Amino acid sequence: MKDTILIIDDEPQIRKLLEITLESNNYKVVQASTGKEGINMAANYVPELIILDLGLPDKEGHEILKELRNWYNKSIIILSVQNSEFDIVKALDNGASDYLTKPFRNAELLARIRSAIRRNQLPNLSNKLTCGNLDIDISAHTILKDGVPLKLTSTEFNLLVLLAKNEGRVLTHQYILKEIWGVGAQAETQYLRVFIGTLRKKIENNVNQPMHIITESGVGYRFA
Amino acid sequence: MNLLQTRNYKSSAQYLICICVILIISGVCYFSKSIIGYKTVALILLMAVSILAMLFDIIPVLTAALLSALSWNFFFIPPLFTFHTESAEDLLMFFLYFFVAMVNTVLTFKIRIEEKKARDKEEKENTIKLYNTLLNSLSHELRTPIAAILSAVDVLKNNKEGISSKNQIELLNQIDIAGVRLNRQVENLLNMSRLETGILKLNIDWCDTNDLIQSILQKTNISNKKIIFEPDEKLPLFRYDRGLIEQAIHNILHNAIHYTPISAEIKINVFEENNNNVIQISDNGNGIPESELGNLFNKFYRLPKTKAGGSGLGLSIAKGFVEAHKGTIKVNNNEKGGAIFSIYLPVESSYLNQLRNE
Repeated sequence: MKDTILIIDDEPQIRKLLEITLESNNYKVVQASTGKEGINMAANYVPELIILDLGLPDKEGHEILKELRNWYNKSIIILSVQNSEFDIVKALDNGASDYLTKPFRNAELLARIRSAIRRNQLPNLSNKLTCGNLDIDISAHTILKDGVPLKLTSTEFNLLVLLAKNEGRVLTHQYILKEIWGVGAQAETQYLRVFIGTLRKKIENNVNQPMHIITESGVGYRFA
Repeated sequence: MNLLQTRNYKSSAQYLICICVILIISGVCYFSKSIIGYKTVALILLMAVSILAMLFDIIPVLTAALLSALSWNFFFIPPLFTFHTESAEDLLMFFLYFFVAMVNTVLTFKIRIEEKKARDKEEKENTIKLYNTLLNSLSHELRTPIAAILSAVDVLKNNKEGISSKNQIELLNQIDIAGVRLNRQVENLLNMSRLETGILKLNIDWCDTNDLIQSILQKTNISNKKIIFEPDEKLPLFRYDRGLIEQAIHNILHNAIHYTPISAEIKINVFEENNNNVIQISDNGNGIPESELGNLFNKFYRLPKTKAGGSGLGLSIAKGFVEAHKGTIKVNNNEKGGAIFSIYLPVESSYLNQLRNE
């Protein structure tokens, strides 16, 4: 069965292009042009994924996101315009699964959609994670890179597990700080930079071209 | 030009200065009047009023002129300490003094008004010139890619059977390139207006400059150029607005890639020097003519005889974003050939990353 995707965007041109792109990639598409209509359609169709534009005419994008998140627990990908890091971070902290800035390329969009839908369908309860050349065993507290065990400090390990559990998804600086260092540590972004640096040195093949921990400028990190 | 700034003083300050000058001169002359004679005092006061007229607004100067006339009459024209004048000659001198001082003040004022008008006109002309440059550059930079998109779409729509599949792909590539170019120009314009309107708010946070350069390099299309970057492992973290500095570096790098010969090599260095985070982007291309070095960061400025494309905004935006951090940006030519762009960010640093953790 095809996965249903709901597009909430007031620009007919963007909706049309998304519709063609998604249908030709085997998704079923439903569309809404206002926030109110979007919330109704989300309730009627319960889509596998929602693409939500933050700049809608009738309702603040962040409000719609909050309303949806009261009951909708599948993926929501935010569309926003460039230069709005603040909005992006706010949306991610309000429960958006991912974001794309306009203009975006289709390959990127499709990759994000696939990754978001995969996360919906495989709730991550396993204690063992595999990401490329990394094998992580959470309960045994071990990590293998190309089969070779790595020595990580416990903070590095916790950070890696947090990122790896959310593979493909952007985690904001604030979210990571809160999860690893606890409430109140949110201002200590330099710790985060330091640990990302040391973690990269251990898990990346080439620190200069990180393949696992990707920096999302001004927003956070994405694990791949 | 320094003299002109005195007119920006508050009017109370202008009155105070005018009155004090007259009183001080009167005082000095009072004690030396036996040597210079009371008629010379009139000329000295007149000179003072003339100088004040060049410096200050008309009303304070007229006050000074009036005060000087009265002070001359009261303290210098016999009989002293009265406004009464005995000889007809002194009376005539007094009225002549008053008349000349007033006329002098008014004429000087009129000349200055004319001067100001001429200056305003020149300023206005310069603004218009700038806008014309903007419009020319914009209409070219925005319309060229739009023209490319529309004409490629026309061909694809109307003549689909007549063109080879190779050319169809070529047309689609052209649309792609035009779209990317259009997006870059719009971004430049948005950034420029952020700078111009003065609403640029810095989003300061700890940044790893090595990581910043790496992510810029990953995003930049550098297919035909060699870029060398060796991260400085000892570099501390710095506090700045990552988005803005990324844009500044990106703009310089874009130029380095775009305007150097195909075989050119581009090198990026980051280091700390005198509490500055220094970012240097150098190339081994043709360098920049010495005479043009000073203009390079000006808005809409483009080097004469450079290849088409580009709005002349990139480097001025880079400068604006760096200066928003109270930093400086410099360009000079390398002795071995090529240009060196240097960004100096005088920002807070943290050596936390050098401590062994836990």
